[in-house]
Amino acid sequence: MAQTDTNSGRAPARKNIFHTLEIDLRLLGMIGAFIAVCLVFNVLTDGRFLTPRNIFNLTIQTVSVAIMATGMVFIIVTRHIDLSVGALLATCSAVMAMTQTDWLPNAMGLEFGHPLIPWIAIGVGLLSGLVIGAFHGYLVGYLAIPAFIVTLGGLLVWRNVAWYITSGKTIGPLDETFQKFGGINGTLGATGSWIVGGLALLGALYALYAARRNKVKHGFPVKPVWAEFLLAAIIGAAILGFVAILNAYEVPTRVLQRTFEQAGLEMPEGYTQSYGIPISVLLLIFLAIAMTIVARRTRFGRYVFATGGNPDAAELSGINTRWLTVKIFALMGALCALSAVVASARLTNHSNDIGTLDELRVIAAAVIGGTALAGGIGTIHGAILGALIMQSLQSGMAMVGVDAPLQNIVVGSVLVLAVLIDIVYRKRTGGA
Amino acid sequence: MAQVQKQGVTPLVDMRDICISFGGVHAVDHVSVDLYPGEVVGLLGHNGAGKSTLIKILSGAYQADSGEIYVRGEKATITNPRDARALKIETIYQTLALADNLDAASNLFLGRELVTPLGLVDDDAMEAETRKIMAKLNPNFKKFNDPVSALSGGQRQSVAIARAVYFDAQILIMDEPTAALGPHETQMVSELIEQLKAQGIGIFLISHDIHDVMKLCDRASVMKNGQLVGTVDVDDVTDDDLLGMIILGKKPGAAAD
Ligand SMILES: Nc1ncnc2c1ncn2[C@@H]1O[C@H](COP(=O)(O)OP(=O)(O)OP(=O)(O)O)[C@@H](O)[C@H]1O
Ligand SMILES: [Mg+2]
Repeated sequence: MAQTDTNSGRAPARKNIFHTLEIDLRLLGMIGAFIAVCLVFNVLTDGRFLTPRNIFNLTIQTVSVAIMATGMVFIIVTRHIDLSVGALLATCSAVMAMTQTDWLPNAMGLEFGHPLIPWIAIGVGLLSGLVIGAFHGYLVGYLAIPAFIVTLGGLLVWRNVAWYITSGKTIGPLDETFQKFGGINGTLGATGSWIVGGLALLGALYALYAARRNKVKHGFPVKPVWAEFLLAAIIGAAILGFVAILNAYEVPTRVLQRTFEQAGLEMPEGYTQSYGIPISVLLLIFLAIAMTIVARRTRFGRYVFATGGNPDAAELSGINTRWLTVKIFALMGALCALSAVVASARLTNHSNDIGTLDELRVIAAAVIGGTALAGGIGTIHGAILGALIMQSLQSGMAMVGVDAPLQNIVVGSVLVLAVLIDIVYRKRTGGA
Repeated sequence: MAQVQKQGVTPLVDMRDICISFGGVHAVDHVSVDLYPGEVVGLLGHNGAGKSTLIKILSGAYQADSGEIYVRGEKATITNPRDARALKIETIYQTLALADNLDAASNLFLGRELVTPLGLVDDDAMEAETRKIMAKLNPNFKKFNDPVSALSGGQRQSVAIARAVYFDAQILIMDEPTAALGPHETQMVSELIEQLKAQGIGIFLISHDIHDVMKLCDRASVMKNGQLVGTVDVDDVTDDDLLGMIILGKKPGAAAD
């Protein structure tokens, strides 16, 4: 009965402000939950949670899991699972650490510190992740072994392959340039951050404009102009506010003084320097944009979602779902490698337990972010927000002084609760 | 009639001696059917007779264990749905084969997306095309931005029909295309079939409605337990003859032969 309006000649009336803005209620709910978590911890920590310093730390702690969560969305959307991402991260990290500290210097004669080393190491790491992921995809897609089994095996295999690669040793310190991908050791500074923020703003405004122009061209209904401006204002405030907060976190005077002393210079009176946007966060932002375009605007992405929604229909439409599976797992593998760059750079070395339990965090981030295990549904921004919510919970509890075991109990419960809320929400709205 | 039509004309489709079995079940057992331009051939038979399986071999969903397919006189190797589409064979599946989580336009163009010069999927252009074809096929259809899971059975069926018709099929397979449609929409599909036939398109129409078959088809092939009972000119038989073929598996006048 509620559907009758669709049979009238006109487009259905716009229902409320969120509908007018075409903002997804689900996303809004997640943002609301995130803000609530932040505010609660801010009160509990007497305002220490929402300081520029802590926000800076939160963002750099989230990156590694968030990178992998974007790939996990595609995996889960196609009704698979990948339990091996943490172990694969460890293998890629081990490969990259050995490449830069041992193989290149000793076997190839490139001495440690050579400018090419970090890039060759990253290339080798990405290739390893890609190949291993593709192999998983081959086992799942062509040999029809369930992904759960393939990647459960992978979890054991790659964790221990990593151990053999490094003979169980911690490898470090890693290359200086390589370390810049870790967070605090590589940031854009105030000016660079404002430039990036400005470009992001221009890009967002252009995207809004282009979308509207396209709709008008085809004669589709568009949002009222005031709604476009309101949306633009919200996006603009979010981008510039984010830059402002990260710029407000300044390098401690001690650290600056030491830097100047090392350079043999006198630090000028009242000199300050901002950290600004970490390179790792910038990497995540670029990746998020790229993966969103892949999900929504490429054939590959369209086939991922079609296959998740109805594998038979996808097959009957001529989609090669086996090869698609290989590509999805290969992408996941490459993202594990990228994540390994960030994670090992942040620690400044490769250690045996790097990425331990990350598979659970990554799956939880994707699922909290609205990816349905039944397949066919999930968003990149949702998964990143999921990762951010989980990291906030964990850091917040640590700051409040909650014991580690209790932290895990809370995070586990939140995961189950988030899925329950999602199920109830989808039943209410009748959404798929 | 059909005999006259056949002389000197190459059939669009000629499936010869097709067999397929699933783990001992002979779903299609030495069946031969053919289809000429501008002709509608009805495929009849009780549930599980093998009708869908037979046409799925033509549409590339299954591969025959044995037998040959000739399309426009040439031997065709159809190993997947892409091959069939390339031969201008389009199919409306009994199950509709829609991805429920995608909207009508994404389903209509699935596997054949329109892209921008940059190679990105052009959703707006696809929606515009979908609106155009839906305006012809089902003017009541308005839910262009909802996933097809939110559509009624009839609306879903019209999306599946639009997909088969949009890409200039020369050979159209319709597996119970009106099963979920109301009387008005069913009437529209009948008109559509007449129209496509007039354009010289050949249609395999699977239906359980003998009345429809008598009205729309030129010939009817009847299957039972995976085997072909026979193919008759619809003008030469009565409803009861067809029913007899379906139920008893006997060709009319077979006793006299
Ligand atoms: N993929 C499959 N695996 C195993 N058996 C199958 C498969 N597809 C079809 N069959 C079997 O083949 C036989 C013919 O099925 P088919 O779907 O072709 O019948 P149909 O004539 O289309 O029936 P209906 O009128 O109910 O649609 C049935 O016995 C069915 O169980
Ligand atoms: Mg059938």
